[in-house]
Amino acid sequence: MANITLAQAVNQALREEMRRDDRVIVLGEDVGKRGGVFLCTEGLYEEFGPERVIDTPLSESAIIGAALGMAMYGLRPVAEIQFADFIYGGFEQIVSNVAKIRYRSGGQFGAPMVIRAPYGGGVKGGMYHSQSPEAYFAHTAGLKVVIPSTPYDTKGLLITSIRDEDPVVFFEPKRIYRAVREEVPEGDYTVPIGVARVAREGDDVSILTYGACVYDALAAADKAEKEGISVEVIDLRTLVPFDKDAVVKTVRKTGRPIIVHEAPKLCGFGAELSAFIAEREILSLQAPILRVTGFDTPFPLVHEHLYLPNENRIFKAIKKSIEF
Amino acid sequence: MVVQQLYKVLSDDGKIITETSYTLSKNKLVEMYQDMVRARLFDEWMLKIHPMGRVSRFPPSIGQEASMIGSIHALEPGDWVFPTYREFPVFLARKTPLQELFNRMFASKLDILKGHEITLYGNRDRRIVVPSGPVALMIPVAVGFAMALKHKGEKDICIAYFGDGATSKADFHEGTNLAGVFKTPIILFCQNNQYAISLPVAKQTASRSIAAKATAYGIASERVDGNDILAVYEATRKAAERARTGEGPTLIEAYTYRIGPHTTADDPRTYRTEEEVKKWLQKDPIKRFRKHLENLGLWNKEKEEKLISDFKEELRKVTMETEKIEPPNPETILQDVYSEIPWFLEEELEELNR
Ligand SMILES: Cc1ncc(C[n+]2csc(CCOP(=O)(O)OP(=O)(O)O)c2C)c(N)n1
Repeated sequence: MANITLAQAVNQALREEMRRDDRVIVLGEDVGKRGGVFLCTEGLYEEFGPERVIDTPLSESAIIGAALGMAMYGLRPVAEIQFADFIYGGFEQIVSNVAKIRYRSGGQFGAPMVIRAPYGGGVKGGMYHSQSPEAYFAHTAGLKVVIPSTPYDTKGLLITSIRDEDPVVFFEPKRIYRAVREEVPEGDYTVPIGVARVAREGDDVSILTYGACVYDALAAADKAEKEGISVEVIDLRTLVPFDKDAVVKTVRKTGRPIIVHEAPKLCGFGAELSAFIAEREILSLQAPILRVTGFDTPFPLVHEHLYLPNENRIFKAIKKSIEF
Repeated sequence: MVVQQLYKVLSDDGKIITETSYTLSKNKLVEMYQDMVRARLFDEWMLKIHPMGRVSRFPPSIGQEASMIGSIHALEPGDWVFPTYREFPVFLARKTPLQELFNRMFASKLDILKGHEITLYGNRDRRIVVPSGPVALMIPVAVGFAMALKHKGEKDICIAYFGDGATSKADFHEGTNLAGVFKTPIILFCQNNQYAISLPVAKQTASRSIAAKATAYGIASERVDGNDILAVYEATRKAAERARTGEGPTLIEAYTYRIGPHTTADDPRTYRTEEEVKKWLQKDPIKRFRKHLENLGLWNKEKEEKLISDFKEELRKVTMETEKIEPPNPETILQDVYSEIPWFLEEELEELNR
């Protein structure tokens, strides 16, 4: 056990998987000697060499396309996109090739690969170092989308993703890369894809969220508690396939769901959750489904703290739900 | 700017005008010729049966047979092929049974790709990887695949086919650049057939040749007469040798012409002249190679007639057979999306079956 950060948990998962399975390969921009701009691949180059820790040209389509080719020939590539904001250069590869190769080939080929990228705001990064593009990928059949929020889950989910037979888009909340720490066991363990985590139990209101927003939701829940409102916080951990049972369970319990994410509201993942709840659990609802999200703008710089679904905005939504 | 000369081996009347480094056996020459003729017949047959409605669309390769068959014959059976939608001659030359191709064309129940796509073809067992619909996208994938071959110490190499239009896409540039940096064992085989649907190559790029683009990526290139099968063979063999001996990728530009429409959904009369097509018909790659074989005494009228009638008969039979086969069952819609069926697809499957 060591007390490590989320970024270190990424590093540990990669290192242990690379030791365990020599098919695992890391590729991306500055992932080698530099160890990645967030140091998630630090030390891997030294341990595994340039054949397995590949510094690529600045070329997102090539990184993702080549990773797919490697996966199709039996390697287990983990491609790093330096910031989720730059993933669009490889978007066509992801949507048209990675996600579809299994379907297109009638099952002859799969794409057992991981595309990792730091995502989200709160680091004074402006519009090209802060985005949350998860909905684009959640909308694409053939991909799995995973977003952890704790070091323990990060390691366990990344290991599971590397071992998965399907392509996983793995977004890491960079705002909390170093802000959260916890005891993480060394050695092998996994956290399953598709299973949510109850981050806090409560009875009156349910917050469904993921990534760094989990902590804002917990802070808002603390605040609400002082007013006698008991808030449950569900950390989804996986968006595709999301844990439908966990969603149904908490909605039945409180009847007051609030969905929180940093990405813009319009057609964000919260829209899917809302529709899911409305379709199946309308009679469990005590209040309208609410969403607290980023605004429908490009990501702003100066006022990013207002754009993000901060503790205050979430708290207001809790009150609104309770007072309905 | 100096444009690299087109490399030629055969004159228009089938005489050897350039010494080659590789000599082909008589059997091999005849086999290559037969593959060309079969490819042409296959195309003509497809164009003929397309109006019957079972084939979603067909992209003929008439005029490009030398490029396709010359290149595939220069490779080993273990090498991996990344074709586009147009490489049917390559599939035939890899000895894909007609029944398998027809099951694919008709999207029958026996289609190995389970009716998931239009007439794109691939079969892993034949080391042919099904192409992507969007052009150029498989170039970086083929490069990554070749990197994995190299990583595992295999001797096999990759060939990625694409058209002149594809060279304007980022994926061509990103993939070629990557291949250059890692000295990847791959052949980037561009058939410059003068058009991307209606767009002539002069409007695709201001570069005076496609092969010239290799210079910027620091890789080898060959610019060949794509209607000269022996020139294509020679250039591809050289490129394959480079790839196999660790010298890295080669960009080959096979300069040729698409005689037919882009696909069965295209009418080329709207964008090019009859005279132009006639000019290129004079350079028919099959005729040129036949003259060469006749000069060598390897081919004659009787052989030609027998080849044609036998293959036409085969085409007719296999078409009738395939017509009898029903389409795949509807549940295949939901198969092969993920390695295991997630809950939401299970629910959708129930909806489908309700
Ligand atoms: C990315 C993308 N854009 C547009 C198309 C539509 N399209 C299909 S084939 C084609 C022309 C391709 O020309 P070229 O690469 O020269 O190959 P050719 O068809 O001549 O063999 C176009 C525009 C496509 N399939 N993919």
